[in-house]
Amino acid sequence: MDAKTFDSKSLLDSLFENGILFESGIDGLYGRSGAFEEVIERFERLVTRLGAPDKATRIHFPPGMSRATLEKSGYMKSFPQLAGCVHSFMGGEREHAQLLGMIADGGDWTELQKATDVALTPAACYPLYPTIAARGPVPAQGLLFELSSYCFRHEPSKDPARMQLFRMREFVKIGTAEQVRSFRESWLKRGKAMIESLDLPCEVDLANDPFFGRGGKMMANNQRDQGLKFELLIPVTSIEKPTACLSFNYHQDHFGRTWGLKFADGEFCHSACVGFGLERVALALFRHHGPDADAWPAAVRDVLWSV
Amino acid sequence: MIDQIRSLLEQHPMIPLNFGALADDANLYDAGLTSFASVQMMLALEEEFDIEFPETMLTRRTFSSLANIADAVSQLTRKAA
Repeated sequence: MDAKTFDSKSLLDSLFENGILFESGIDGLYGRSGAFEEVIERFERLVTRLGAPDKATRIHFPPGMSRATLEKSGYMKSFPQLAGCVHSFMGGEREHAQLLGMIADGGDWTELQKATDVALTPAACYPLYPTIAARGPVPAQGLLFELSSYCFRHEPSKDPARMQLFRMREFVKIGTAEQVRSFRESWLKRGKAMIESLDLPCEVDLANDPFFGRGGKMMANNQRDQGLKFELLIPVTSIEKPTACLSFNYHQDHFGRTWGLKFADGEFCHSACVGFGLERVALALFRHHGPDADAWPAAVRDVLWSV
Repeated sequence: MIDQIRSLLEQHPMIPLNFGALADDANLYDAGLTSFASVQMMLALEEEFDIEFPETMLTRRTFSSLANIADAVSQLTRKAA
């Protein structure tokens, strides 16, 4: 992992060679070493400590969520290409025999599966909104959550920074437009300071989500025009196209209206989130400080191992 | 042309705006047009007028009022003619 070569394939190979990631046969699904996991644990503690003064409510969601919730959230309008839905065999013995026959013949047996009520969680905050809406009106000071989830996005790639299953930690603020904007501002500052304390090169830039199709191009332009999304970028597999490791998103009242999240006076809530791509941050650390975490610069180790 | 656009959009089930009550230069986003509805609008206009909006025109501004939409559509239909 010398500091000069910056391409995704050689980084991935070097992560395998150094026993940091393990191949699974599927691009974007990897085993993680103990050292890699320890870096993630340490970084999560750092995030939690930085957010501690705000007294967020912590919720850990599983990597699967209600499919109906995903549909209602509008995810299929914007990112049908990334979504994953869990299917299972629900037939009887006759269909089972048919299924085994299809597998033996090398045919496509998956047609004998049916969609379950479970979809894979695409971002840690999707399961949150209906959960909160069900609890009644949002208090005037707003609500703050710290979330964690494994997330799935169907985008197979040799780029180790573009995994199909990865972890996301998020802070989500639900409140007035002013409350959620100031929450986002504070994390733009805190997030940048945190990454700089880990001696990683970074920049914050206006961004857009990878919305689907030509209509998506328009959604992306709208998002940029309104300054709704910022990303903190760190060069991981490319210097020209640095990797988004943190993202800062203002949803306006999209989730408020979708889920009926309201204040006691009936006004719809706004929401914003800051997301930390945990594998991406860990990869950036290994990329810039070397494959042996014990040999990382003392200042970086101090920050991570003192929490 | 504005009237043709107004009646096309008024009939669209996925764009819940009362176009009949909106002035030509009224801001559609202020009237409640969502990003998603604006995409539906773009697709409906392309089909109705047999045009394709180039990427440079796929902006918030292009679809912000009936007058702006009519401008954009007439530019594209002129080009096609």
